[in-house]
Amino acid sequence: MSAVAARFPEVSPRRRRTDRFMRASLLAGTLIALVPLVLVVYFLLKQGLGAWSGSFFSSDPNGNFFGNPGGIRSAIFGTLEMIALATLIAVPIGIGVALYLVEYGKQSAFANIVRYFIDVMTGVPSIVFGLFIYISLVINHVGGASFAGWKGSVAVSLLMLPVVTRSAEVVLLLVPDSLREAALALGAPRWRVVSRVVLPTALPGLVTGSLLAVARGMGETAPLLFTAGVTFLASSNINQQMNSLPVQIFNDITSPRQAVVDRAWGAALALVAIILVLNLVARFVSRRSRMA
Amino acid sequence: MEASVTTATPGRSVLERSAASRLPDRLLKWGLTALAGAILALIAYFFIRLIGESGDTFSRFGLSFIFGNDWDPSRSIFHGFPLVAGTLITSAIALILGVPVAVAAALYLNELCPRRFRTPLAILVDLLAAVPSVVYGLWGILVLAPKLLPAEKWFASTFSFIPFIGGGTPTAPNYFLAGLILAIMILPIVSAISREVIATVPPEHKEAALALGATRWEMIRMAVLPYARPGITGGAMLGLGRAIGETIAVVLVIGNAPLLGSHLFNQGYTLAAVIAAEFGEAANTPVHSSALFAAGLVLFVLTLIVNIVARWFVVSGHRGRRRGAGAMVEAQAASVGEVG
Repeated sequence: MSAVAARFPEVSPRRRRTDRFMRASLLAGTLIALVPLVLVVYFLLKQGLGAWSGSFFSSDPNGNFFGNPGGIRSAIFGTLEMIALATLIAVPIGIGVALYLVEYGKQSAFANIVRYFIDVMTGVPSIVFGLFIYISLVINHVGGASFAGWKGSVAVSLLMLPVVTRSAEVVLLLVPDSLREAALALGAPRWRVVSRVVLPTALPGLVTGSLLAVARGMGETAPLLFTAGVTFLASSNINQQMNSLPVQIFNDITSPRQAVVDRAWGAALALVAIILVLNLVARFVSRRSRMA
Repeated sequence: MEASVTTATPGRSVLERSAASRLPDRLLKWGLTALAGAILALIAYFFIRLIGESGDTFSRFGLSFIFGNDWDPSRSIFHGFPLVAGTLITSAIALILGVPVAVAAALYLNELCPRRFRTPLAILVDLLAAVPSVVYGLWGILVLAPKLLPAEKWFASTFSFIPFIGGGTPTAPNYFLAGLILAIMILPIVSAISREVIATVPPEHKEAALALGATRWEMIRMAVLPYARPGITGGAMLGLGRAIGETIAVVLVIGNAPLLGSHLFNQGYTLAAVIAAEFGEAANTPVHSSALFAAGLVLFVLTLIVNIVARWFVVSGHRGRRRGAGAMVEAQAASVGEVG
């Protein structure tokens, strides 16, 4: 009987209280972290849905001091055009650099320097990229105009580039070396191994990384302010000033007119909705690839 | 070696490719290398141009651009201490408020959370990074600022004996509000990196602590935190880099007054905010725009230093422990924390 009595020593009440208190605090921290998300989404829906209407999406904003301030059509078109062009620039270059790092550079000194500076680029504030493009493309009127949509695209693509490269590098590293070796052993030249084996295998991951980069670029205001300019007009000419959702929101917030502030809420809701959808699609694609 | 293989043409093995068919390989290799080199050249070019454009300001004002306390575009005097101080004050508030919450969330999600809720909660925390900064600014100035003002007034008058915090008359946009918004914005990246680092703590350490009779909290305090501390420090510093460079949310909630606020609930300015706010009026005044470029240069160098130190912490926390973990953490930072 006494043999069974070998028990663990009791945890003292003080230690148990501390344990319970700290566990509750950590849970509280997690919940506090989620409060802003809930509040932002709540106010976006509350204020933004009221602004939405058919004409909200089909009319351009106007500068009228009275009456209907117009909608966000030009902002949506401008954002889509500029982000599409930025994606066309950033995704091929970003994946190309990642291919260099994984397939050729590996752990060489030059590859590590490139890797390091790509990392440094992720930490550079977006407004500094805006200044870079402003200095090198806007003030000397490259392409004829000062502010232009394509310059905004270049600025945003600089922000997207490190995101694309780093995520692509991780995904390309996950492609098993045995696949590369099998293709090489069959006599395939390196470029065919890359284009027929490595890239297709990594495709879902590359798509995920690119979508996350697009979602990031879409919400950026600061670099567009100095590069794409401020305008209300819809334009399909990328060598002219272009409106965009973040810049229009930024300008509308400070307006003394309630109708214009409401337009900012409606535009913000539209912007967040687009970005959330992109995030969810990206997560869905990456989950699919993990199952395969 | 060559001798044992049947040769089709003299001097070349059948297994060897002709020079022409090797060309695409060479092109790909050198093309990609040139691309990577071009990125480095581009960064260098931008940096040099930024130094060139802001040189005028530094030769005119010298160090007083950073340490002098008088920013007055109308008199063309650009002594930016109020901006530097504003950047440091708001970033400090962001770290003080944001890091404990982010680390608590990371510890809870990795060590205490029931498995079922772990992924959904982690996704929700990550989604904080998906909200664009202009939307945080919109919410901050139109919703949060008016709601916080009465509380700030009560706080300032009740604790008026505390220097820099109490006393004075709070204004709706102020340092504290900017710091609070920044805390929310750095939360997801600090939390994501902390979670990655905490996940690398060897299970043996945790099990050993529990086997010795430690409670869960004691296990966290004695096994998890000491091991993960360098990585968490690095994550907090990456968050600091974000806070320093954040522009659009701050310019909306800090009040844009080029003065050194005497207490926490005063209006102020930051290096990043001044560029966005005064950029339009500066376009036609070379002195003014040069001063803004200089502010951008200071901002660039500041974030560069913070990021380099941060990466050193994150990577050194991993070296020799789990190979490749450092790279994974950085990649995580690039993919999770950057969205937004």
